[in-house]
Amino acid sequence: MTQTKAGPDIAAGRLPQEAYADNFSDLHPLLEPHEAQVEADRCYFCYDAPCMQACPTSIDIPQFIRQISTGNPTGSAKTIFDQNILGGMCARVCPTETLCEQVCVREVAEGKPVKIGQLQRYATDHYMAENETQPYQRAASTGKKVAVAGAGPAGLACAHRLAMHGHDVTLFDAREKPGGLNEFGIASYKSVDNFAAREVEFVLSIGGIDLKTGMRLGDNLNLADLRASYDAVFLGIGLGGVNALGLDGEDKGGSLDAVDYIANLRQADDLGKLPVGRRVVVIGGGMTAVDIAVQTKLLGAEDVTIAYRRGQDRMNASEYEQHLAQTNGVKIMTWAQPKALVAANGSVTGIELERTRDQDGSLTGTGETVTLEADMVFKAIGQTLVDTDLGGALTLEKGRIVVDADRKTSLDDVWAGGDCVAGGEDLTVAAVEDGKIAAEAINAALSA
Amino acid sequence: MADLTTNFIGIKSPNPFWLASAPPTDKEYNVVRAFKAGWGGVVWKTLGDGDPVVNVNGPRYGAIHGKDRQLIGLNNIELITDRPLEVNLREIKQVKRDWPDRALVVSLMVPCEEQNWIDILKAVEDTEADGVELNFGCPHGMSERGMGSAVGQVPEYIEMVTRWVKKHSRMPCIVKLTPNITDIRKPAQAAKAGGADAVSLINTINSIVSVDLDAMSPAPMVDGKGAHGGYCGPAVKPIALNMVAEIARDPETHGLPISGIGGVTTWRDAAEFMALGAGSVQVCTAAMTYGFKVVEDMIEGLSDWMDQKGYTSVDQIVGRAVPNASDWQHLNLNYIAKAKINQDLCIECGRCHIACEDTSHQAITNMVDGVRKFEVIDEECVGCNLCVNVCPVENCITMEQMAPGTVDPRTNKVVEEKYANWTTHPNNPMAVQEAAE
Repeated sequence: MTQTKAGPDIAAGRLPQEAYADNFSDLHPLLEPHEAQVEADRCYFCYDAPCMQACPTSIDIPQFIRQISTGNPTGSAKTIFDQNILGGMCARVCPTETLCEQVCVREVAEGKPVKIGQLQRYATDHYMAENETQPYQRAASTGKKVAVAGAGPAGLACAHRLAMHGHDVTLFDAREKPGGLNEFGIASYKSVDNFAAREVEFVLSIGGIDLKTGMRLGDNLNLADLRASYDAVFLGIGLGGVNALGLDGEDKGGSLDAVDYIANLRQADDLGKLPVGRRVVVIGGGMTAVDIAVQTKLLGAEDVTIAYRRGQDRMNASEYEQHLAQTNGVKIMTWAQPKALVAANGSVTGIELERTRDQDGSLTGTGETVTLEADMVFKAIGQTLVDTDLGGALTLEKGRIVVDADRKTSLDDVWAGGDCVAGGEDLTVAAVEDGKIAAEAINAALSA
Repeated sequence: MADLTTNFIGIKSPNPFWLASAPPTDKEYNVVRAFKAGWGGVVWKTLGDGDPVVNVNGPRYGAIHGKDRQLIGLNNIELITDRPLEVNLREIKQVKRDWPDRALVVSLMVPCEEQNWIDILKAVEDTEADGVELNFGCPHGMSERGMGSAVGQVPEYIEMVTRWVKKHSRMPCIVKLTPNITDIRKPAQAAKAGGADAVSLINTINSIVSVDLDAMSPAPMVDGKGAHGGYCGPAVKPIALNMVAEIARDPETHGLPISGIGGVTTWRDAAEFMALGAGSVQVCTAAMTYGFKVVEDMIEGLSDWMDQKGYTSVDQIVGRAVPNASDWQHLNLNYIAKAKINQDLCIECGRCHIACEDTSHQAITNMVDGVRKFEVIDEECVGCNLCVNVCPVENCITMEQMAPGTVDPRTNKVVEEKYANWTTHPNNPMAVQEAAE
């Protein structure tokens, strides 16, 4: 097909209207009760189960699977929520293939792990369909006040656990809608039917959590004031900044941040109205790169390429995600780093990439270049913490907040968790664990 | 190819696989389909006298399922045939005429009055059927009327009725026994005393398969209530095997022909029944679950296995395991085995460890040198075989016999070569001097 238009080919409605619903339907539809029974029966109820060890939130996986098997999905969900109140979202977005399912003894034995993620979703969806609220009671009020900045996975988990302990929580979020990356970042086909928002409502149903949206740290909120007004502060603010490519022309039309585009996509009422390029190049190798590549393809982009500067085995996106991209027709180009954006008339028309190779462990450009035509070039090379938002009050390492094992920062009354802290895994489930640990530590500190 | 031809108390069939007296053998239509499929014989569904019985018009069956709806056990409350006697007799006669090479036995159940038996035997004889089977087993419905298991639970009645049947009929007579009794040898002895040519067992086991916790009633329900029924299918096979063996081993009934019944689903099940003394087997649940085609692999599988083992006819396998069916007191206490875990096959689920640790002998590690590893501690292992049974990997854990002359690290005693059992053990207050094998 030859391009006839002079300008960049960016258009909405590339597909028949009904195709959008199909393309963005649930990646793994909910298991039917019989399917769940059969799958649950595959679990060996291992002693000191490896899956449980691999779960960042230490969910008692054999126990919750057994509870599905015994016809007690409600108890199963409680087993999950005991450790992970966002068990519903984690069931959808966890890279289980590198966590619980990777170490499942059936994966080791036969290459077919128990579908732990899907069983977790079966239990949690059952619970949320059958019950108006989450299953925990608030303890008697302690009169202590805690500020939680960021209503993403870390903040929600922290707020919920603090509320359980009877503390009064004020939960701030910069956006008008809570949920953080669950609401704005997760690929659409992993969280259909407004699940992120429903889960936030579920978490907040414990009571004692006052949600204030449109309140952004470094903007209309500052850390010093929070510390002055509250007994403790938890920061789960994620990473507000986006890494730049450092190339000329990044301000040109068609040069975009993947996270912004995904946020728009997640909030779009009509995907048919979302403009997408005919040819798309994604720079990066992580989950976000796969998410943007697959979703632009599903929006009707004809030619989508992920360009990654190292080999496929080094990509942060899991093998499963890489396969997902490839089966959706995304090309993965490895050993290629961006060299220059090609632009005309104020818009990107392509990107020049330089071939790379590994020379004694360090990445080296070979000098050989290749130019890909592109109507859109997405940056998905990571996000950064905007230090100024914190007023420079906290010790950072590699641009992220330093915390101890209790998720306490360099300040005695400030804890932090999720993507904004150093040494984390940048996973929803890890953020939940951070929030949970911090909440327990805050509770201990406030009860002392 | 092995010869599967069976001659059971003079009743010949091309193979030992018969359909048991049950719904699959209630009509000419079904029986003809079964014969076309290859079944060696049938026991026609039980005939009664007088007006036909009536069945409930709600559920007659309940089941125990595995997680993938695998049918493990089946329970029924169906009664004997509810079709007119003359219709059944006419069809039996026709089928026997059309299928002379197949075994056709007629199951009977009439009240314990001699004249009733005289009358029905005469009617059956006229069909030229190969023999009769006395239904002394049905545990529901008919037993409430003084028949079925109500007779089978009283050895004197068994003997009395069997004697009538042998007195008034030239036909071979099989007495079908109920398992709902304390000692299966007693009714078998009674049948033999009455002149029975054979016994068949087991009939179904009294059971309630489940309780509907919403309706608070046994399930399945007929208008809100449930009655106990007869349990059958794969779940009952171990009970049936033991009862067959008990009769085969009992000096008083040893050699009495047995038709084995109870959860026979595969050729292997059949071979096991036959090894414990069954000269033919009867099948019902497997056919009711999968249809008559299951007989094809029963025939072929049994034949292939016999070829493989060098058996050329079924009588070579019948009873072959009976001499090894022993009592506990005669098991060799000097035989010492230890579990051994094949580390190449182990998938590290830890079930052997926790089973042994929580419920048995603390003889399996879960950690060796700080690494997850499951190894048998010979100093603790009593060789109980629990780990073998809970291990999800076949042949991963095996029981290895300790060679005589070596030292058992658990007891620090030398493993003796000599056979010794409880009857001579010093701890046995009833001990005798020499072990009786």
